[in-house]
Amino acid sequence: MAYSEKVMDHFANPRNVGEMKDANGMGEVGNPKCGDIMRMYIKVENNIIKDVSFMTFGCGAAIATSSMATEMIKGKSLDDALKLTNKAVMEALDGLPPVKVHCSVLAEQAIKAAISDYYRRQGIDPTPFVGEVPECEACEL
Amino acid sequence: MSRIVYADNAATTRVSEQVLESMLPFYREVYGNPSSLYTLGQQAKAPLEEAREKVAKCLGARPNEIYFTSCGTESDNWAIKGVARALKGKGKNHIITSKFEHHAVLHTCEALEKEGFQVTYLDVYENGLVRPEDVETAITENTALVTIMYANNEIGTIQPIPEIGEICKKHGVLFHTDAVQAVGNVEINVKDQNIDLLSLSGHKIHAPKGVGALYVRTGVPLQNFIDGGAQERARRGGTENVAEIVGLATAMELACADIPGRIQRLSAMRDKLIHEVLKVDRARLNGDPIRRLPGNASFCFQGVEGESLLLLLDLKGISASSGSACTSGSLDPSHVLLSIGLPHEVAHGSLRLSLGDENTMEDVDYIIETLPGIIERLRSMSPLWDAIQTGKVSYDKYFTERKAPHTNRFLAVEH
Repeated sequence: MAYSEKVMDHFANPRNVGEMKDANGMGEVGNPKCGDIMRMYIKVENNIIKDVSFMTFGCGAAIATSSMATEMIKGKSLDDALKLTNKAVMEALDGLPPVKVHCSVLAEQAIKAAISDYYRRQGIDPTPFVGEVPECEACEL
Repeated sequence: MSRIVYADNAATTRVSEQVLESMLPFYREVYGNPSSLYTLGQQAKAPLEEAREKVAKCLGARPNEIYFTSCGTESDNWAIKGVARALKGKGKNHIITSKFEHHAVLHTCEALEKEGFQVTYLDVYENGLVRPEDVETAITENTALVTIMYANNEIGTIQPIPEIGEICKKHGVLFHTDAVQAVGNVEINVKDQNIDLLSLSGHKIHAPKGVGALYVRTGVPLQNFIDGGAQERARRGGTENVAEIVGLATAMELACADIPGRIQRLSAMRDKLIHEVLKVDRARLNGDPIRRLPGNASFCFQGVEGESLLLLLDLKGISASSGSACTSGSLDPSHVLLSIGLPHEVAHGSLRLSLGDENTMEDVDYIIETLPGIIERLRSMSPLWDAIQTGKVSYDKYFTERKAPHTNRFLAVEH
């Protein structure tokens, strides 16, 4: 298995990593049994993701996709952020090995989970905007 | 630039200069087919038989009990399938093995199950050892073969092979052991230890990849696995890989020349490594601290994932391996770590460092300097570590205090 240079760059030098104390949305997906957990923090102002950060337990691809996903939604509106697909994250990383595709799915889900949490904290039902955040199918052990 | 430390000797090793030198004439000058009658062929025949003698000597076997193969996996396939199929007609359709064998053995047994054989997969205990009494309990009148590895490739635990051999002899059951990891690290004597079949591989002991051997005690019923010409006394077809067989014999001779010396040298490095690495918070040693290969140090660290650990170590010049799911290409972590009772969550955070003849204490010091910082870095971004620290989840029961081994005690257990 070989990672692209971009994956290795985002793995070795992750962007937007760490806990965010003043986040107003936080989502966590994955589970330790599968070997990856992604936690995404967002700070939303006027429907814009002003700041984003992540914490990830997982393989190189999990860390790299988290990092890339945060870069791709930073400064975006919530609507635009919700449009981010795992495919787009993978493409931005110049691809992932087939067994690592689920990591990019996790990144997409983490963003959706964080935005859902933001809506809930605002007293708004997130379902019409976000839909259901599905469980990672790879984790159904 | 940082140091380069190869700490994955259980995966493979570099071909040593002496081994390579011994092989070269068989590529350049003595390239004849040992089956040919003319001089060039016969010039290759004599070294082939010398190689057989050398390998036999290292194992306490007779030369005509050694068959050269293409690798350890072929040897395992041949031994297990060969005995099972040879004894099937005699009503023997049962095989006993353990849950933490190498896939070369496990998948071979699974293949035989599809042919109608029954296989008992013995439990492995928390210390990474199979118990001889469990082998004895599992033996039935239909048992054809017991196959238990000599030393585990991941956690390095050395199995009670002489004791299992004794039990098999008592019950008239054949006994095979995959000794791929053990050769050169443990004193092996197939006669004293009642071993009927033994697999070994060249590339773990500084011979090239693509050559191995199978010891088969005289009189053991064994069906051929690779049919073909009359090579290997008509038991294994295929023109002999003379150069690599000679290389294997040279490597065996070197590996077995000073086993106590190697144990002493490697276990001193291993024990320092274990002692220092266990200072990391929430770290554990996998497998018995004493009954283990002299070069093997296998750990789990809470809250980190093995693949990212390996990648960061690689960026610092350290080659190692992990039983994490992410390194296996599957979703499940190593069957070996699960077999000793670890949950998936802990098995994902595993690291195997395997030291060999080329490593030095400076390598060990470099690992000790580098590893804790990498673990800390991964933990600082790990939501799992966060959950562990805030008490939301706990794996501490798998991380009870263990004492680092003492070199001299290690030596004592082998005899």
